[in-house]
Amino acid sequence: MWARILAIMLKELRQLSRDRMTFGMIVMIPLVQLLLFGYAINTDARHLPAGLVDMSASSYSRALVQAVKATQVVDFKAKYASIEQAEAAITSGEVRAVLYLPADLNARLVNHPAFDRRQSDSQLTRPVAQWLVDGSDTVIAAAIRSLRSMPLDEVAGFSSQNRVPSFEVVQYFNPEQRTVVNIVPGLLAVILTMTMIMFTSAAIVREREQGNMEFLITTPVKPMELMVGKIIPYVLVGLIQVSIILSVGHFLFGVPVRGGLDSLLLASLLFIFASLSLGLVISTIAKTQLQAMQLTVFILLPSILLSGFMFPYEAMPIAAQWIAEALPATHFMRMVRAIVLREADILMLAKDAFWLGAFTLGGVLLASLRFRKRLG
Amino acid sequence: MTQSADAGASSATQATLSIDSSKAIEAPLAIEAHGLTRRFGELTAVDNLSLAIPRGSIYGFLGPNGCGKSTAIRLLTGLLLPDAGEVTVLGEPLAGNEEALKQRIGYMTQKFSLYDNLSVLENLRFVASIYGLFGRRGKARIEELLHLYSLEGRESQLAGSMSGGQKQRLALACATLHSPELLFLDEPTSAVDPENRREFWERLFDLCAAGTTILVSTHYMDEAERCHALAILERGAKRADGSPAELMQQMGASVVEVSGEQLRTLKQQLVALPEVVSAAQVGTRLRVLVRRDATDPIAFLSPYCDGRKLAMARPSLEDVFVSCTGGRHVG
Repeated sequence: MWARILAIMLKELRQLSRDRMTFGMIVMIPLVQLLLFGYAINTDARHLPAGLVDMSASSYSRALVQAVKATQVVDFKAKYASIEQAEAAITSGEVRAVLYLPADLNARLVNHPAFDRRQSDSQLTRPVAQWLVDGSDTVIAAAIRSLRSMPLDEVAGFSSQNRVPSFEVVQYFNPEQRTVVNIVPGLLAVILTMTMIMFTSAAIVREREQGNMEFLITTPVKPMELMVGKIIPYVLVGLIQVSIILSVGHFLFGVPVRGGLDSLLLASLLFIFASLSLGLVISTIAKTQLQAMQLTVFILLPSILLSGFMFPYEAMPIAAQWIAEALPATHFMRMVRAIVLREADILMLAKDAFWLGAFTLGGVLLASLRFRKRLG
Repeated sequence: MTQSADAGASSATQATLSIDSSKAIEAPLAIEAHGLTRRFGELTAVDNLSLAIPRGSIYGFLGPNGCGKSTAIRLLTGLLLPDAGEVTVLGEPLAGNEEALKQRIGYMTQKFSLYDNLSVLENLRFVASIYGLFGRRGKARIEELLHLYSLEGRESQLAGSMSGGQKQRLALACATLHSPELLFLDEPTSAVDPENRREFWERLFDLCAAGTTILVSTHYMDEAERCHALAILERGAKRADGSPAELMQQMGASVVEVSGEQLRTLKQQLVALPEVVSAAQVGTRLRVLVRRDATDPIAFLSPYCDGRKLAMARPSLEDVFVSCTGGRHVG
């Protein structure tokens, strides 16, 4: 039995090493995606293009605009003469927000407690100006909303009193709040989901498509031997990808790897096995490599969107959380972020680890039950 | 049409009887099948097929594309489950013994089913270890096969870069690596030139002489003629079986060759007659198959042939095939 598994494994490795395209993809997919997403994805919105309608045209209005610019949230790209022009600019997508400074800006400022602390909130207090925002993108709207209670001391020309916040926030694990720190370990889960499921499902479906399977199933080889022999080479491939992603993440993006490498290896192996078994199940359903690819994408999209890679798991409705729980990527996302960023060890993550193990067993069982040594 | 189908069926029963009577004296059977049927949806790919193939013979399935040859072979190897019928392979019932029998049978698929991006030697080694032939035993067997199938010197060539004939020899080497007692070949020579085909059949006779039973499917008449016995399949059903000589002898039609002018028009005229199974032009002559019930075929045909020369001819396997299938596929 082991000899046959070894023979299948060697054959698979040999084929893999001759398939330059696939071999290149093993290295290039994680590398390119890591560079792309590492630089591109940033949930901290800055330098949004904005417009200005200044009806006041006073020294205060210029000071206010300077103060807003200093926050770096927006860049003023254009000035508009009227509100109507500004609205048209938002509709056309020229700018994402417009700051409207009313003609009575100076009066409003003087009555505002943020400008002059001798003033208290009264009937006369009104906001000094208005933001018009393209609210369809919630990230952008939230960034502008954060300007709502911007201090106005600088406009007033004196750096003022000591402001005491209601809460003090201590940011563990990612004090500089860099998105890439959270993205890189998450990418590990996404890239492994994609390549592992795709490679295994395609590897078996290819044999069927090219007619190799018809010969193989007339030999005494057992389905379990075939499956195990076919997936072990891809475990190696998965580990290579893990090391590429983490080392590039570490050296290029300064992502810390705090947890123990043993925990990381164990968690990665569990996830690789779970993904491979999912690939095996797909290979027993798909008839062609194209179908295998489509099914992979069917799994991949929810893995990206629901696993917590893009949006916090806790923010999703309960039903979506259930679906997310069923995806191996969700569990690995939790584990890898905990291990890499928060120095957790695998024992603290036993629940997720157990789930991945159970998923693998279930997948292999289902695949060998579905895989029959028959045609038609 | 219905008449011709009846004629085919009656000759089939005749042929079956002749095989059955010889069964008692001959060696035990390699394959015995009764009422084998397999449907794919509406289509009945194999229809009530019964076979008795003696050991040590080369048995052919002759039929047009889509007649159920491949399905029949897949049913006999256990790759497909029949909807009805029973198969006994090498003395053991196939159902339930598929895995055990896989060590004793070899199968060469219609399409090249080895790995294009592995070398000749790597393919052979892979198949050897799948069959449990390791170390010195496997190595010796591979050496033997490389020599036998003239693949020496090509050990490190990738299988995908070989010619059709070489691929086919490699496939045969892999299919016979574990020295099977029964070998299935599904249209083995469809991608091979005539010279390689001839060569290939020499190898098959070598294997047969060494005691291997071979079941080969083909749509080439010349190949079918080399078989010890064959079954003519059409639309999943067996129309006739027996040795090529028997089949020609028992054919339900006579062959008349007409030579003269304007054969194309004559052909149109003749095939319209119910007594004529088919007419096909061969060079300057028209080969006409006339149903046996016309007692004197020449006398029957001459009124239509005004002045052209008519002569009886020796039936060929193609004539047998055409008369069995009622001329639906040829001419």
